[in-house]
Amino acid sequence: MGKEILKVEDLVVKLEDETIISNLSFELEKGQAVTILGPNGAGKTVLLKTLLGFFSYQGKIQWQKGVKVGYVPQRIPFVKNFPISVKEFFQLKTKDEKEIKEILKLVGFNENFSKRKLGEISSGQYQRILIAWALIGNPDVLLFDEPTTGIDISGEDTIYQLLERLKKEKNLTIILVTHDLSVVFKFSDYVICLNKCPICQGKPKEVITAESLSKLYGQEIKFYEHKH
Amino acid sequence: MLQFFLSLISAIFIGGVAGYLGSLMLSKKMTIVIDPLSHLALPGVALALIFQKDISLGAFLFLFLGSILIWFFEQKTKLPTETIIAILFTISLAITFLFLSEHEIEEALVGNISKIGKVESLIIVLVSIFVFFLIKKIYPKLTLISISEDLAMAEKIDLKKYQFLYILSISAIVAMGVKFVGGLLVAGLTVLPAASARNLSKNLKTFKLLSSLFGILSAILGIFLFQLTNFPAGPLIVISGFLIFLISIILKKT
Repeated sequence: MGKEILKVEDLVVKLEDETIISNLSFELEKGQAVTILGPNGAGKTVLLKTLLGFFSYQGKIQWQKGVKVGYVPQRIPFVKNFPISVKEFFQLKTKDEKEIKEILKLVGFNENFSKRKLGEISSGQYQRILIAWALIGNPDVLLFDEPTTGIDISGEDTIYQLLERLKKEKNLTIILVTHDLSVVFKFSDYVICLNKCPICQGKPKEVITAESLSKLYGQEIKFYEHKH
Repeated sequence: MLQFFLSLISAIFIGGVAGYLGSLMLSKKMTIVIDPLSHLALPGVALALIFQKDISLGAFLFLFLGSILIWFFEQKTKLPTETIIAILFTISLAITFLFLSEHEIEEALVGNISKIGKVESLIIVLVSIFVFFLIKKIYPKLTLISISEDLAMAEKIDLKKYQFLYILSISAIVAMGVKFVGGLLVAGLTVLPAASARNLSKNLKTFKLLSSLFGILSAILGIFLFQLTNFPAGPLIVISGFLIFLISIILKKT
């Protein structure tokens, strides 16, 4: 019996007649962490959004029955236009006060923090709040789109340590989009190198080689070499 | 005396629900639609005056038509919404000026409160209550949409549906508001209380409450000033809203 929580076969995504992703197949088991690595514009964010059902596609995307998915988008602007407290932001998703309190504690915030204005917390705190928000309702899978810009990380937990801990404590399956090679090695059991079509996929130590990387980022690397 | 009472009651209800709606104008994109939309109501008001029908009805029909036109032009041309709205705004003013006599134009632009009858007041109260509950219902989802459309979509929220209900609420308020303050000033009923409330709130709950309260307060103040001075009530209501805004700036803790 297959234990796959997600099965993707021959996935093709076209947006306004442009092919963004082609010929992607992979399987994901419960508790696994998958990273998706690739240059800008490679279709990583589109892949996550397609898995969430935002876009139409060809091929097969099959989630295990009853699977709940949480999502942390790549870029959410700060809420500057209107006042909303951290707690009220969570109340948009759940009415369960106890759950809000517990989730906040899980990502390292005390109860007082919930009264803060969402627009006035730091970007590192905001990132953690968004992860906590995605965890409301106890999802089995977390899709995390890493922000392109750096984030100031306060406290001793980095985002990845936090994700690592959550993965263990909640037995989460995680799909993570990243640019950071060290994250791929430290964090994931499986990596998909994506540049519109899959360049390589498998265990990071086996498939990430100088050769596959230059294929993945090929043109950029050549570009820099010409400069010298 | 009865006329005064009817005006006051109607103004309180419209003011309150307009203020509440104002607090829902959470993003720039959401705020930007009220002004042009209210101008779209003008040709409807004009035609209603000519055919001696209820001006709110005329306004509402044209608002509805206008929203559909905006959507249609957007689909066909890919021009930015602001451009399309500006086009419709100009043409609505042109049509209004074409048809109306000077006196009627004044009524269309700044409203006329002394005409509110018993039945109209009752309708205003009922529609206000309906719109209040409509806004209350769509508030959380629209808040999430304005924070992040990605998050909203992940929650399987139908963006189009909520944008439509939002436009519908605005249309209803504008249609009722034109009677009081006219097509040019109706945006003031929503924007001013919300701006004042924003100055004084730390969370959504106070923001909503204060915005509705300030809407009611400017309506009461405006109607009383109207009774005292006999200047048109519409501008007085908006000026009251502005006074509250000034006070909110003074009270704002930095």
